[in-house]
Amino acid sequence: MPTVNHYLMLSAVLFCVGTAGVFVRRNLITILLSIEIMLNAVNLAFVAFGRAMGTADGQIIVFFVMTVAAAEAAVGLAIVIALFRHRESLDPDTFTQLRW
Amino acid sequence: MHAARRLARAAAGGGALTPLLFAQLALTLFVFVMLLSSAAGMVYVERKVAAMLQQRLGPYLVGPKGLLQPLADVVKLMFKEELRPKAADAFLFALAPIISATCAFAAFAVVPFGAETTLFGLLDEPMPLQVADVNVAILVILAVSSMSVYGIVLAGWSSNSKYSLLGGLRASAQMISYELSLGLALGSILLVGNSLSLTEIVERQSGAWFGIIPRWFVFVQPIAFAIYMLSGIAETNRAPFDFPEAEQELVAGYHTEYSSMSFAMFFLAEYINMVTVAAVATNLFLGGWHGPFLPESLGWMWFLLKVSAILFFYVWMRWTLPRYRYDQLMDFGWKVLLPLAVVNLLATAAGVLYFGA
Amino acid sequence: MLLFYALAAIAVGASLLVIAQRNPIYSVLLLIASFGALSGLYVTLDAPFVAVIQIVVYAGAIMVLFLFVVMLLNAPQEQTEADERLHVLVRSGAMRFGGFLAIALLTELVWALSRTPGASVGFGTDATTAVAAIGRSLFTDYAFAFEVTSVLILVAMVGAVLLARREGA
Repeated sequence: MPTVNHYLMLSAVLFCVGTAGVFVRRNLITILLSIEIMLNAVNLAFVAFGRAMGTADGQIIVFFVMTVAAAEAAVGLAIVIALFRHRESLDPDTFTQLRW
Repeated sequence: MHAARRLARAAAGGGALTPLLFAQLALTLFVFVMLLSSAAGMVYVERKVAAMLQQRLGPYLVGPKGLLQPLADVVKLMFKEELRPKAADAFLFALAPIISATCAFAAFAVVPFGAETTLFGLLDEPMPLQVADVNVAILVILAVSSMSVYGIVLAGWSSNSKYSLLGGLRASAQMISYELSLGLALGSILLVGNSLSLTEIVERQSGAWFGIIPRWFVFVQPIAFAIYMLSGIAETNRAPFDFPEAEQELVAGYHTEYSSMSFAMFFLAEYINMVTVAAVATNLFLGGWHGPFLPESLGWMWFLLKVSAILFFYVWMRWTLPRYRYDQLMDFGWKVLLPLAVVNLLATAAGVLYFGA
Repeated sequence: MLLFYALAAIAVGASLLVIAQRNPIYSVLLLIASFGALSGLYVTLDAPFVAVIQIVVYAGAIMVLFLFVVMLLNAPQEQTEADERLHVLVRSGAMRFGGFLAIALLTELVWALSRTPGASVGFGTDATTAVAAIGRSLFTDYAFAFEVTSVLILVAMVGAVLLARREGA
């Protein structure tokens, strides 16, 4: 049977994939997707810990993380749309000025 | 899940195929075939009822009273050429109908359609008449139906055609909007039924008040029932809410560019989704397999009857009401149905708190 | 065990492809596949509620939002600038360091995990799978956090509408 460590290792790998995505990609949408990967990696760790300790707390934290992720995605994508309207680009490096 | 777990246990213990396991595998296959044929049957019934309502004859040439018409349709679809637009995204274009059909079949897996049975004494222990007995069945149905949006959106996008894209976008906006009211209507049933398992909710509807009125949740939650039925029509993209494929505006919407079997898969998915919506409505609101006169072991007959009644209602609606305008649909969903569902949920919660479940 | 490795492989593979894809539509779809695998992992952790919520909320709602935006912006492919075609390791500035940082973080995490002796024990038998238990805890112990998230959602909703609205509309 897989142990807590297996799940934590998987969580670590996923988190680093997300981190790499945020650093390496130059597309705002992919960067937001990478953040979702990181959040999910954290969720997996929470559920694994909660299962190991035999409490429901891990699952409840996941519930909150998902709510925050939904809010983050909604606002993030709205910002992406607003930025795209101004610059016709999704490359974060084009948005270097603090004014339009 | 039951069948899978038993299968795993049988494999692990090196045990043979027990009769129960065999019966469950047979049941799964049976449900699959029944769904397939129910879609074909629905097409025939729909055309006949439409003809009746419009004082026409409907299909009558193929077989007695046109009964073999669905078979002829299937053969025709199978032998048609599979076309793909040049500018389409090949992979997604092929994937979209598969997603649609898979989700349609998967949703029915958690729907129970009869009391536990021993198949007339053939089995040692009773078997639930359901492919997978999941204790969060209602959430699974919501999850699968939320996944079926992808089939339609991807079909619309990957076809690379204006009509398809518009149809796909309309479909997804409509399905997401009405999923909220649907979920809230289900929420009030969860409160009354005090469970997430469809089997338990059905069991709570057995018996009758004062010996006459059956304890169906439709009498406790008429508003939730109405919301569920209306959202169900919008979720399955049926008339009068069939904007994703409004033929006068969008040719055929998201499946404009599809032909042959991939078109058949969308068609199949639409009809199976209808059956699933009707089956879930039967379980949640109309007491599932409970009914007077028949013994528990023949409850599936009641179930079949109730599902057929709801399906007939859907067909009736389609051929009686004209299509609304798209903005009317959105207004109705967000400004009428959703607030109503929220108020109903709050009132139900207060009622359950006051009177007890 | 086999199930765990299969699901883990899908999750990691799909996530890697998400950040390797140039077409955002495929990125979104691969991420959904990854979420599906994670949902399966939650089932192996005796958390069916989280597994289903994962599909309903993440795959069914958040990813649809992403797909919508990608379609709305007509899926702009990433600009193929000069350094974009170069190998990851010889790219300029932040991208190179970013890749290295991610790999360094991974080695560090794996190293730390492999040194933790207590974590290699198996799971106990006392799992909290009941949705009722989760709900009770959510509305008693975590009631304040729950209310705060609802305010957060409201604020996000207003913000998103305000941001995405065309000027003058």
